[in-house]
Amino acid sequence: MPKRTDINKIMIIGSGPIIIGQGCEFDYSGTQACKALGQEGYKVILVNSNPATIMTDPEFAHRTYIEPITPQAVAKIIERERPDALLPTLGGQTGLNTAVAVAENGILKKFNVEMIGATVKAIRKAEDREEFAQAMGNIKLDLPRGLILRALVRPRPKGLDAKALDRWETARSKAIADVLSESLDQVVAEIGLPCIIRPSFTLGGTGGGIAYNIDELREIAARGLQYSMISEILVEESLIGWKEYELEVMRDHNDNVVIVCSIENFDPMGVHTGDSITVAPAQTLTDKEYQRLRDASIAIIREIGVATGGSNIQFAVNPRDGKMVVIEMNPRVSRSSALASKATGFPIAKIAAKLAVGYTLDEIPNDITRQTPACFEPTIDYTVVKIPRWTFEKFPDADETLTTQMKSVGEAMSIGRTFKQALQKGIRSMEVQRFGIGLDANDKWLAAKRHRPARGDQGIEWPIEREKLLRKLSVPSQGRIYYVRYALKDGMSVDEVHKQTGIDPWFLQNIKDLADFEQSLLDHEDLAKVPGNLLAQAKRFGYSDRQLANVYETSEKDVRQRRAELGIEAAYKLVDTCAAEFEAYTPYYYSAYEVPAIHVNNGKTTTVIDDEIRITDKKKIVILGGGPNRVGQGIEFDYCCVHAAFAVQELGFEAVMINSNPETVSTDYDTSDLLFFEPLTLEDVLSICKKFGSKLHGLIVQFGGQTPLNLAHGLAAAGVPIIGTSVEAIDLAEDRYRFQQILMELGLRQPANGTANNTEQALQIARQIGYPVLLRPSYVLGGRAMQIVSDDKALEYYMVHAVQASPEHPVLIDQFLDAAIEVDVDAVSDGRRTVICGIMEHIEEAGIHSGDSTCVLPPHSLPEKLLDEIRRQSVCLAQRLGVCGLMNVQYAVKDGQVFVLEVNPRASRTIPFVSKATGMPWAKIAAKVMAGKTLDELQVQELPNPKHIAVKQSIFPFQKFPGVDVIFGPEMHSTGEVMGIDASLPLALAKAQMSANLAPPTRGTVFLSVRNADKPAIVPVARQLVEMGFRVFSTPGTHAFLKQAGVKVKFIRKIAEGRPNIIDLIINNEVHLVINTPTRKGPLTDEGKIRATTVMHNVPLIATVTAARSVVQAIRALRAGDWSVRPLQDYFSAGKTA
Amino acid sequence: MKSRPAKLALEDGTVYTGTAFGADGTHSAEVVFNTSMAGYQEILTDPSYAGQIVTMTYPQIGNYGVNAEDVESDRPYVEGLIVRELSSRVSNFRAEQSLEDYLKATGVVGLEGIDTRALTKKLREQGVMNGVLSTEILDDAQLARMARQTPGLLGRDLVREVSGKTSSRWTKGFESKFAMASRGEPTGLKVVAIDCGMKRNILRNLVEAGFEVTVVAADTGPNQIRKLKPDGLFVSNGPGDPEPVSYTIETLRELIATGLPIFGICLGMQLLGLALGGKTYKLKFGHRGANHPVLNVGTGRVEITSQNHGFAVDIESLNREEVEITHLNLNDNTLEGIAHRNRPIYAVQYHPEASPGPHDASYLFDCFAGMIRTGRAPSAHQMAEAQRALQQSQTIR
Repeated sequence: MPKRTDINKIMIIGSGPIIIGQGCEFDYSGTQACKALGQEGYKVILVNSNPATIMTDPEFAHRTYIEPITPQAVAKIIERERPDALLPTLGGQTGLNTAVAVAENGILKKFNVEMIGATVKAIRKAEDREEFAQAMGNIKLDLPRGLILRALVRPRPKGLDAKALDRWETARSKAIADVLSESLDQVVAEIGLPCIIRPSFTLGGTGGGIAYNIDELREIAARGLQYSMISEILVEESLIGWKEYELEVMRDHNDNVVIVCSIENFDPMGVHTGDSITVAPAQTLTDKEYQRLRDASIAIIREIGVATGGSNIQFAVNPRDGKMVVIEMNPRVSRSSALASKATGFPIAKIAAKLAVGYTLDEIPNDITRQTPACFEPTIDYTVVKIPRWTFEKFPDADETLTTQMKSVGEAMSIGRTFKQALQKGIRSMEVQRFGIGLDANDKWLAAKRHRPARGDQGIEWPIEREKLLRKLSVPSQGRIYYVRYALKDGMSVDEVHKQTGIDPWFLQNIKDLADFEQSLLDHEDLAKVPGNLLAQAKRFGYSDRQLANVYETSEKDVRQRRAELGIEAAYKLVDTCAAEFEAYTPYYYSAYEVPAIHVNNGKTTTVIDDEIRITDKKKIVILGGGPNRVGQGIEFDYCCVHAAFAVQELGFEAVMINSNPETVSTDYDTSDLLFFEPLTLEDVLSICKKFGSKLHGLIVQFGGQTPLNLAHGLAAAGVPIIGTSVEAIDLAEDRYRFQQILMELGLRQPANGTANNTEQALQIARQIGYPVLLRPSYVLGGRAMQIVSDDKALEYYMVHAVQASPEHPVLIDQFLDAAIEVDVDAVSDGRRTVICGIMEHIEEAGIHSGDSTCVLPPHSLPEKLLDEIRRQSVCLAQRLGVCGLMNVQYAVKDGQVFVLEVNPRASRTIPFVSKATGMPWAKIAAKVMAGKTLDELQVQELPNPKHIAVKQSIFPFQKFPGVDVIFGPEMHSTGEVMGIDASLPLALAKAQMSANLAPPTRGTVFLSVRNADKPAIVPVARQLVEMGFRVFSTPGTHAFLKQAGVKVKFIRKIAEGRPNIIDLIINNEVHLVINTPTRKGPLTDEGKIRATTVMHNVPLIATVTAARSVVQAIRALRAGDWSVRPLQDYFSAGKTA
Repeated sequence: MKSRPAKLALEDGTVYTGTAFGADGTHSAEVVFNTSMAGYQEILTDPSYAGQIVTMTYPQIGNYGVNAEDVESDRPYVEGLIVRELSSRVSNFRAEQSLEDYLKATGVVGLEGIDTRALTKKLREQGVMNGVLSTEILDDAQLARMARQTPGLLGRDLVREVSGKTSSRWTKGFESKFAMASRGEPTGLKVVAIDCGMKRNILRNLVEAGFEVTVVAADTGPNQIRKLKPDGLFVSNGPGDPEPVSYTIETLRELIATGLPIFGICLGMQLLGLALGGKTYKLKFGHRGANHPVLNVGTGRVEITSQNHGFAVDIESLNREEVEITHLNLNDNTLEGIAHRNRPIYAVQYHPEASPGPHDASYLFDCFAGMIRTGRAPSAHQMAEAQRALQQSQTIR
């Protein structure tokens, strides 16, 4: 059936900021959907609060609302735009929940909006535990067996009455004892042991556990009932160690159903699938067993009633007898759909959008093969591995154990001819200084063989202590796979490792095959003497040149040269959805090393390597992507890379994208002319560049964040033409000493600073500069291990515990400008002329990482004269450094003086925000400049300050790390951002806070406690809050100060002074805003506990005085009256393009 | 274990060198590829692969070993198996043996480690080719020469080589816990199944559809079949070129005239097509896989199907006044199903019994009894009904 003509305007809800569990995969899906619907002639109304998305570029939708994704905002947009339909399944859980909310509150009905794709009924059936269980019962599929136990006790008493709390706790203990004595026998009989205890409504799953015997069951159940906010636990059949599978299913309204991809988890049940290494397709199922999962998936999507589109269904299979249970179903496009799309070449989101408007699968062509329809099941002839990327180093107090709560912030995908090759590629895609499984510089085993410690170790650690080894195997955490190899190296059998880890023996055997193969490499001492066929075998097994260089104690370059001599070079294979059965037209490649064939013709023989790369005569520009998302390197850089691709295409070049992140728009096969799904390492990039020869016009390293920049030197040395700002200029900005010279030469100021190789030097420098000082190791990313210290003691502690300073790794010491205003500037330069893209003023004072700050464009408090000075300095810096492309400068303004903090001659994290706020595609302009255009040719001028105000607010993952203190400092912790845009600063701030899911309260209770230094400044804040009718609680110090200043606030005792206390109030939802500027940090401090509890209960937390001032402004604005929504297209009606 | 070399030479002079696994030997055959990602055991034992060396396009083979339940006949029929990587460990709770040991025990030569994608692309671009797979002759030029001299499948009667020789009763339905769930009640109807190289899952499906099944050899004459007093006749899949199987075609022609209800699968459809006056031809590289979309022309719905055929019935050759097209392949628009307008005959080119592959088309077995009762080939409506009924009754084990 053709597309529907009775609908015209379709609303799509995005997923908002990047958070753990909801990454940039929804930009990929939303962008595909917007494009597909636009091409079909529909008008797309889009709402998404995340400015760093491609989908919110104004040309992707008819109307683009960068507004909060809340039922309230969506209702306003619906009222304004009157869409005919709402497509709820492409914006992750956020989009889905918001869509359901506007359906349930009657907005859709009121404005006659039809929900397409999935109905509310179907969504509820899939998402509601009980309805889902009933649906599975209807089709006779098993779920994990479970029983709910509830202690009959009335709700916790509110307020601060200690006796009432005591009485309630006694009553609860009795109720818990009662329910346990009644039900435990039934639990054992129906669920069996071991079983899993999950408390309902606790934070991050605390209080649960696995019980192996009845005593443990009693103990954990009692604890769980106590932890649960509603005194309820679910006792569930233990599936720990079962195999976990996912199927991606698509259905059209003609009831055609296809399975796009099957995925098997390397880590068995017990680890969230987002935290598991996963492999496509399923590896250890016979056809019969796979078909059973397929039949079940089809039955489920029909029973749940997802009318059209994609769903993700998870199963657990008992490895001992094949018993299958359904874990869950997501009636929407998911992270796994993105992975499945990239793994197979089947664009799930695009097809889902087309199915939603009435097409059937057989009416949609397969873009890749062109001749065949999308109504088929992709079959692949390679193996795909996805490895999650965690950022625990940013959260040292977080529990690193992998559980059912997802903790990773990103992922890399790799494609190999075999699992072995894909696994090694996947590991080196992580960019964690590992270049495959074993044999690299971090390999404890190889280092020990050579009588030296592995990189990062203090001493030789081999054999690994048994207890540690067993713990590393049995407790899933991010480095487990390396310990699997160590265990095998140590002589442990595959069966024993399987017993310890639950990982399927098939995966383990592949690692063992590699571990065994290592010996044949080590049998040779000299690279020159390694037989060619052995080296070729190593490359087929996925070993990187870095690993081989480490084995033969030579350089990566030597290995590369040796390979070239032997003709062992990567060939490129196509991802074609069909295992080569049909010709593929889309140039989507991965690298492989295969045994060449021989062609015999009239006695003459030739060697044939099947390389499928097709290289046209057109000049090419290679864009290096950012790799897996992590804190400090996220979607903002993918946004820039996508723009670079579009820009170079507009100039007539072919865009070549190299990236390893499956969640991105950059890795869509129609974003660039050639897509290479490859690790971003020197070896992998060079071998692609080599194929292009003279057709390679240039390579862009400055858009993908730090990852490609780290490759710049090696690429330049190997003769790759890097376009844009030169590598030398990048160095110049990063080299402290030379940069200082430049600043002096230009007459620009920077905070006093010095470099220390040891503690004594550090103390000397710090005393000279004067405390507080900012400390950081040289050459770090995203502010890792940065700290501000205010005395000798803290400095000594830092030097001893946080870093190991040495002449090779000195510590940098900067004067810390207390209470300075921080300013970010993005600029573009063609080497001759420099244009300021935007100036942003931070809300938080200098000292908080710029990636974590709230910033305002245009600046809200700085005088124009000062801004002119900042402009002047920025232009000077760009010219002097020889920037060609983008540049970001951070300044601190104190007492009317401008200090240069940092210059980064590359795309910054703020470029997408600035582009959205100013209506100019700056990344695109910069890419064109790098490709040789001048700003004059592009007719780019600095824009006058906009009439509206845009605010960027950062989003933090603290909720996922229970108990971890919420700290804002020089080290970056945020995972994403939102933008609030409105005519005035207060409303823009309020919108940003609403978008961050931290809407400021307009009435209620505020907890206010600040450090001494902030006390004078907080008085007006407190006064205004009291005037507006808020109940304000303060702890003794703040309370006394405010009282003296004449502000009437209520007294609340400290945590240590007994209960109920502030934490009880937060838990009871009796506090609506917490303002707390930290004095002491850490999860063990009272304030650390208060902050952690605040974040866990989703209460807005304000940690600086300046932010407190702005939240008061926002509250005032919200109280003053209603706010409205406005699309980007209306803000920038002129419609500018570069 | 020391690795042994093995080679595959194609008639165009290309020689692939890899590692041997399984049995030793030298086999000349047609080289084909199969794109199923699982199901190698079913493929190996499908008699339709007689005379062929099969390349699996999925690179990791042998992962789940071999078990006694999942075979489609008494032994492997392939002339050789080519894989990119053979698993060095079996990991599946049903596995009884490794693939390598199984091939060794059943005399099948395996080749591991060559660029199977390059080989597949070559076969796609140039069409299926003859080739020689050997662990014994390792001289490239000699092997290439032998490959050129290998006779093709055209005109060869492979059915006679694989068909059973005697008639027998088949009584087993789905026994594996991992097959589809059992369905239906006995119909009391008797079916004779002509074994041209039949897969066991067809027989299991016929039993599940409620039939009493008697299997007869492919060269069984019409009178012998009529003596068995069947209510319906089934013509099975089988290897190679249908044209030389003239004896079965003749039998079908005579039985069609008697009005006996007939259902055919794969080669069975080609034989029926020829018996009805149509023509068959060789496809460039055939259809072998578990993901082929087939449109049921009548219902407008698509089935994802399991396929294994190198020959096809020419749509243009059929008398469309007599024969109706019921199914079409959406990838290349080739003929996938026919029904006779006036007689109780229907047939499909693909494999509704799956094994390996999806179960989307298993409703076709349930249409057989209806055809016997009404004396008319199943209509689109009846097919849709059968499909719906199966969906509703089907419990996943």
